[in-house]
Amino acid sequence: MALLEVKNLRTSFFTDAGEVKAVNDVSFSLERGKVLGIVGESGSGKSVTAYSIMQILAGAGKIVGGSIKFNGQELVNAGEKVMKTIRGNRISIIFQDPMTSLNPTYTIGKQLMEAILLHTPRNKKEAYDRAVEMLRLVNVNEPEKRMKQYPFEFSGGMRQRVMIAMALACEPDILIADEPTTALDVTIQAQILELMGSLQKELGMAIIMITHDLGVVAQICDEVIVMYAGSICEQGTADEIFYNPCHEYTKGLMRSIPTTDTKGRRLQPITGTPIDLLNMPKGCPFAPRCDNAMKICIRERAERILINDDHAASCWMNVKKAYENGEVTIDNTDLPQKDKSSAADAEKTDQPDQKKSKQTKTKSDSTKKGGGDNDR
Amino acid sequence: MTDNKEKEIAEKVLDPAVKAVNKTVDNTPLLEVRNLKEYFNVNTGFFRSKPLKAVDGVSFTIKKGETLGLVGESGCGKTTVGRTLLHLYKPTDGQIFFEGKELKSKSDIKAFRKKATMVFQDPYSSLNPRMTVSDIIGEPLDVHNLCSSKKERRERILELMGYVGLNSEHASRYAHEFSGGQRQRIGIARALAVNPSFIVCDEPVSALDVSIQAQVINMFDELQEKMGLTYLFIAHDLLVVRHISDRIAVMYLGKMVELAQAEDIYHKPLHPYSKSLLSAVPVPDPKTARANQRIVLSGDIPSPLNAPSGCPFRTRCQYATEQCAECMPEFKEVSPGHFVACHRIAEIN
Repeated sequence: MALLEVKNLRTSFFTDAGEVKAVNDVSFSLERGKVLGIVGESGSGKSVTAYSIMQILAGAGKIVGGSIKFNGQELVNAGEKVMKTIRGNRISIIFQDPMTSLNPTYTIGKQLMEAILLHTPRNKKEAYDRAVEMLRLVNVNEPEKRMKQYPFEFSGGMRQRVMIAMALACEPDILIADEPTTALDVTIQAQILELMGSLQKELGMAIIMITHDLGVVAQICDEVIVMYAGSICEQGTADEIFYNPCHEYTKGLMRSIPTTDTKGRRLQPITGTPIDLLNMPKGCPFAPRCDNAMKICIRERAERILINDDHAASCWMNVKKAYENGEVTIDNTDLPQKDKSSAADAEKTDQPDQKKSKQTKTKSDSTKKGGGDNDR
Repeated sequence: MTDNKEKEIAEKVLDPAVKAVNKTVDNTPLLEVRNLKEYFNVNTGFFRSKPLKAVDGVSFTIKKGETLGLVGESGCGKTTVGRTLLHLYKPTDGQIFFEGKELKSKSDIKAFRKKATMVFQDPYSSLNPRMTVSDIIGEPLDVHNLCSSKKERRERILELMGYVGLNSEHASRYAHEFSGGQRQRIGIARALAVNPSFIVCDEPVSALDVSIQAQVINMFDELQEKMGLTYLFIAHDLLVVRHISDRIAVMYLGKMVELAQAEDIYHKPLHPYSKSLLSAVPVPDPKTARANQRIVLSGDIPSPLNAPSGCPFRTRCQYATEQCAECMPEFKEVSPGHFVACHRIAEIN
């Protein structure tokens, strides 16, 4: 059984301007001891996914559907009492900005001990020892002296270490890291990533790494989820995502980062701007920015298509490719002959046939609900 | 200007096709900086203050038409260098030569500011929320009295908006109506208004999403090609700097530690700090990332208020000796065009 199983999670923010579907039908599972990366641009719903798991959404936010199972226990609608035993104890989170997530009026020691006293049967003395031990674990020099200091006496990297120490003090099963290194310099980022990697191996916990930096993902993650406009567009192992991207958005992201090969040449950016979550189109949310968008992309969202056992993407281009390679056949022979775009269209009408074909297995249950906008 | 003409300009400038950047770098220096110093006084108690040496004796030249990348950790003084160059801060000491002429008097500086402008890091706070886009872009034109009539001013503004890919209907809108990428385009149009030859780009893409970042970087490339601009490109994202720069300078704690051609810095960095900085950059490639041997620096960058004696990097350097604590190494040319400040350069490499 997977440690964490998220199924068809939907989280919305109810604003004056209307319902913002920040997370729209997200499903994934996390095994013990694995590092899962969630990548996406700002507004893609990656942080809200994490906050939904912890149920620390801001006032207007609400989980409107789906299930989150931790060790088989349902967390959605489980109530605050249950969440208190899990939050900070079994699942911990570290936030992006170490400057604002520590309380400036308490000493580091007091803040570290708070979590330990709350969640474990330790007394004050034992909690103190545990806190010192944790500081030593995250490579803070002179931990006894540091326990008495206030956050302002720490540098950015040191504060992030304290945050990690605090999150790990109760030996959680899952550590959610929400852009833990974005506010830090590269040399400090390398220190923190190294530390997280070694702690993960040592303590055997699972990590959900939320980031927009593909470099960080490549360095630390086993599996990757790529999100766009609140839904997952591609998920798979890190190698699959980086070396065999199968969603036009992921391909675009990979093309737009400068590498050795782009020196002296133009980058290939993704055109247009991110989508307005208040006015989501009916079809694929990425279609308006996609260079290869077909008619069907605008009409209908692609289902989750399995590329292979380790890899799934929601992009019609995969269906088109399979059709062009002759892996999918179309029954309807009375369609007009056939340039590429009409071929793609033809596939749409024959969708049920593709589902039977070997190469493009689809999980049909997810899309039926995932359309989202159809309900309106 | 008609919509068609505007489109034409936009297409000419913003050609989406991937093509090789072809720019011409002149060997004549456009800007020369000698021993630039910028100290800030920081209060350390009642009636006591101490100089914070944000920039401490930096010398370099920027050639006409090139892009000089400036990298370093936060607090190393790279932004201060950019701002002091434009006399946004009065330099404590040192000389700045522009087109061979030293900037001394107020009138020199005013004339210089017509030729040199700046694009700021944060597109959210660098645009006045009470001004429309056309007023923001038009402000430099008004300050320098560059337009004789209202009609000319309006045409110039629309032309500038065309250069950066904004439509004419955007002119009467306010900054808050735009996304981050578009705001940065407004900021760039403002910097282009006086028809400058030199632009200081202070982290212009670090507040933008990856997909938008590439659009803006391409625009910088294209504008440079078309208008023959010279950039000082300040950034902490080394992949971006490497992509856009011809030469790269590395700063640490107010001092320049290495300066060389971009590819030289990446393939054979000589200073121990440059080495660790580069090895710390996460590569977006899982196989390389796994194989990569990182040099992880211990500790943090020291406070510039209590900078270490001698070489500023010695406290984090694995090669440091007694000599490093005694005196600051000279910033000298070790191979043509490759400057390094390190005592032990011969032994390390």
